[in-house]
Amino acid sequence: MSVARPSLPAPSEWTFELLDSYHREIARVAETFRLDTYPIQIEIITAEQMMDAYASVGMPVYYHHWSFGKQFITTEKHYRRGHMGLAYEIVINSDPCIAYLMEENTLAMQALVLAHAAYGHNSFFKGNYLFRTWTSPESIIDYLVFARNYIAKCEERHGEESVALLLDSCHALMNVGVDRYKRPPRLSLEKEQARQREREAHLQAQVNELWRTLPARGRREEKLEERRFPAEPQENLLYFIEKNAPLLEPWEREIVRIVRKIAQYFYPQRQTQVMNEGWATYWHYTILNTLYDEGVLVDSVMLEFLQSHTNVVFQPAFNSPYFNGINPYALGFQMWTDIRRICENPTDEDRRWFPDIAGSDWLQTFDFAMRNFKDESFIAQFLSPKLIRDLRMFSVLDDDSNPKLHVSAIHDESGYRTIRQKLSDQYNLGSREPNIQVWNVDVRTDRALTLRHRAYQRRPLSNDSGEVVKHLSRLWGFTVRLETLHEDGEVSLDYECRTDPTADMPA
Amino acid sequence: MARIVDRRYDSRNKSAVNRQRFFKRFRGQIRKAVADAVAGRGIRDLDKGESVTIPAKDLNEPNFSLDRRGVWETIFPGNDQFVSGDEIPRPIGGGGGSGRGSASDSGESEDDFVFQLSREEFLNFFFEDLELPNLVRTQLARLKEFKSVRAGHTPTGVPTNINIVRSLRGAAGRRMALSAPRTAALRAAEQRLEDLRRRLGDSDPEVRAFMEEVERLRKRLESVPFIDSYDLRFNNRILREQPTSQAVMFCIMDVSGSMDEERKQIAKRFFMLLYLFLIRNYDHIELVFIRHHTVAKEVDEQDFFHSRESGGTVVSSALRLAEEIIKDRYSSDLWNIYCAQASDGDNWENDSPVCGELLTTAILPYVQYFAYIEITQGQPQNLWCEYAKTLPFWPERFAMQRIETLTDIYPVFRELFRKKTA
Repeated sequence: MSVARPSLPAPSEWTFELLDSYHREIARVAETFRLDTYPIQIEIITAEQMMDAYASVGMPVYYHHWSFGKQFITTEKHYRRGHMGLAYEIVINSDPCIAYLMEENTLAMQALVLAHAAYGHNSFFKGNYLFRTWTSPESIIDYLVFARNYIAKCEERHGEESVALLLDSCHALMNVGVDRYKRPPRLSLEKEQARQREREAHLQAQVNELWRTLPARGRREEKLEERRFPAEPQENLLYFIEKNAPLLEPWEREIVRIVRKIAQYFYPQRQTQVMNEGWATYWHYTILNTLYDEGVLVDSVMLEFLQSHTNVVFQPAFNSPYFNGINPYALGFQMWTDIRRICENPTDEDRRWFPDIAGSDWLQTFDFAMRNFKDESFIAQFLSPKLIRDLRMFSVLDDDSNPKLHVSAIHDESGYRTIRQKLSDQYNLGSREPNIQVWNVDVRTDRALTLRHRAYQRRPLSNDSGEVVKHLSRLWGFTVRLETLHEDGEVSLDYECRTDPTADMPA
Repeated sequence: MARIVDRRYDSRNKSAVNRQRFFKRFRGQIRKAVADAVAGRGIRDLDKGESVTIPAKDLNEPNFSLDRRGVWETIFPGNDQFVSGDEIPRPIGGGGGSGRGSASDSGESEDDFVFQLSREEFLNFFFEDLELPNLVRTQLARLKEFKSVRAGHTPTGVPTNINIVRSLRGAAGRRMALSAPRTAALRAAEQRLEDLRRRLGDSDPEVRAFMEEVERLRKRLESVPFIDSYDLRFNNRILREQPTSQAVMFCIMDVSGSMDEERKQIAKRFFMLLYLFLIRNYDHIELVFIRHHTVAKEVDEQDFFHSRESGGTVVSSALRLAEEIIKDRYSSDLWNIYCAQASDGDNWENDSPVCGELLTTAILPYVQYFAYIEITQGQPQNLWCEYAKTLPFWPERFAMQRIETLTDIYPVFRELFRKKTA
């Protein structure tokens, strides 16, 4: 194919020099594919440090909390017993992009990981619209440093115990603490610190205004009655708490805000798993194969790489004992491969289904798809009938009012669209997670907060919800109710946590 | 273009803080687990780590999520048998069929959370349970002994200590050193004499004179003494202060019918504490378990705590047995002897004076420390009264306390060892 190049040495142990020369080759190839990335910082860490990183959601700096200790102990236990291997790498959406490589990896694995993380994920972080809109990679590390220091200071001042309890409550609401549509302003360390005090004072003043109990002189009662709060339902519960909870101290509001900001930072990752992993997997596969074709990689490295790669993209069938849902690496990798095929060798079917991209320049199409989609829309847009056939997908309707499961679609002409739509729906966080919003606050009497869950497909809330309501009521300080609006229009009260929120919190 | 940073050597153990936080958070559960573990352990095993189980529900971090009820439609790969419209019976317990969507099944199991406490962590919890913070670190007063140890050789000493080999080796060296130049001079002179004789004959006056010279040299050589007082080396021994590194601990427990399981557990805690104390002070510790009702018996640990007996109580039988064992096996200059006696104090009335007597004459003179605890809720029993008479005479070695419940152990323990630690 290409011009033959001198091959790189391939002992199984890596050295810094070798790592550097492999990296240079990978970077060269990535460049020919026009992958646009942040600068890369490769950090070599030990297995133990990898477990530390696991415990703090992969971030290099994080505040302290018992739940991370629990996570660490679990990871360590599984790892020690050999129940699980550790990830070969962790990559952080930051600028420069930090990629952790584990010391135990062989040279071939390091090459795979470099291509995967430093060029695959990295370019995805830089290009994808969700990450561009919702995260600030140039300041996230700064922000985490700020968060850790701030929380440590609070622990000093107000006691570890009370900070931990507050964090428990915030963590319980993390999933409902993100803005889905409104873009948050950019974060930066200096700004954060400078504005933080200002914000404290301002927020408190606002809250005081809202909860002023002395009626203004001369005003008529009826007017107050008409006022509804919040004027419109609010989707971001943590934001709502931060701005409106009457009893929180300023420092408590700041911590709520920190958790909310971090939840927001991770939100895009949860929505682009298939795309992101598939993209990174596609690129490590393509880059290393290119290097092999050029003669830079020798057979032994290639064989080891292929073995790992095959494991990563293995998709067991639904009736296999290894089946554990759809493997995002497998689905993503195959979808990207398939898109390239549609671009380069379209069939008549592809031309019918994908008139826009069939026969187009594949690199341009890739770039477009990578930048402008998330899992849900990516699948809805690009899952081809061929791939549905290849994976032999079928759709199962599980209606608990029906004693049997119903196969609603299989990989045939009449089923493609259903399957594509259902699979897309499966990756829609909006339908996978309950839709819960702040519905009403009884401003005039007991300050009770009412949440409303809008039921979809008769799916009920899990039993955990009662506990979450307790946590919310700890933050709110007054009674919290959770109602469900059923599809037939009926509203039922599911959970209620009365005031004196500290009474029966879990220890 | 890319920076490669070696982070392997910095900030290990980043999660240590979080681990500590976790322990703090679940202190209650861990303490309970530690307490259970202690009940099931032998005294000697106390000094080890432990795996601790916390019920999964306590650890739960709740989130708003959806139940798998209602209507769900899930895509599965690998269809090998179905066509649209097929009806499938609901699989039971997950398996390969539906009901386990990739979306909601995060693989979290409901198993209890099990993890390993290290030895230090275990002991911390153990002592915390007893509210016994720093006591372990305090030193027990110990028996001082002097041991004569070799300390090289000295040039002075008594004749019995002469080290012959060393002395002769020194002498040989000295002889060689002193005689070497003389030997060389003698050889040269003899050579010369031979030459003169051959040239001048024996009777030449010059030869004569030279013969005298040779003779003088030979005498000088012979005058190097075979051994000199200067060569003598004596084995040197010095006395070194020697903490006795071995101890024996007598656990004496009443197993009569009135000692129930709870009291035995209290006694066991008490023995364990004493043992922990001792292992920080002595290299080698032997345990002697003596149980008694009307007769005393030396038993192993298993029997000591677990086998059941009943009947009356004659405490003196145990003291007598202890005395015999001490005389037999643990002569007191080699062993530090500690006794811990636990009883409900309900002794046979006529036996108590005998006990007091035995204690004073046969046991206390030989032991480092004798601690008696009476585990009882009511009034002090007759044994207590008897022992109380002994107390003033042996304030250094004898201590007694009453314990009502498990939580009393710490104050009582501190009380018992206060005098010794001061």
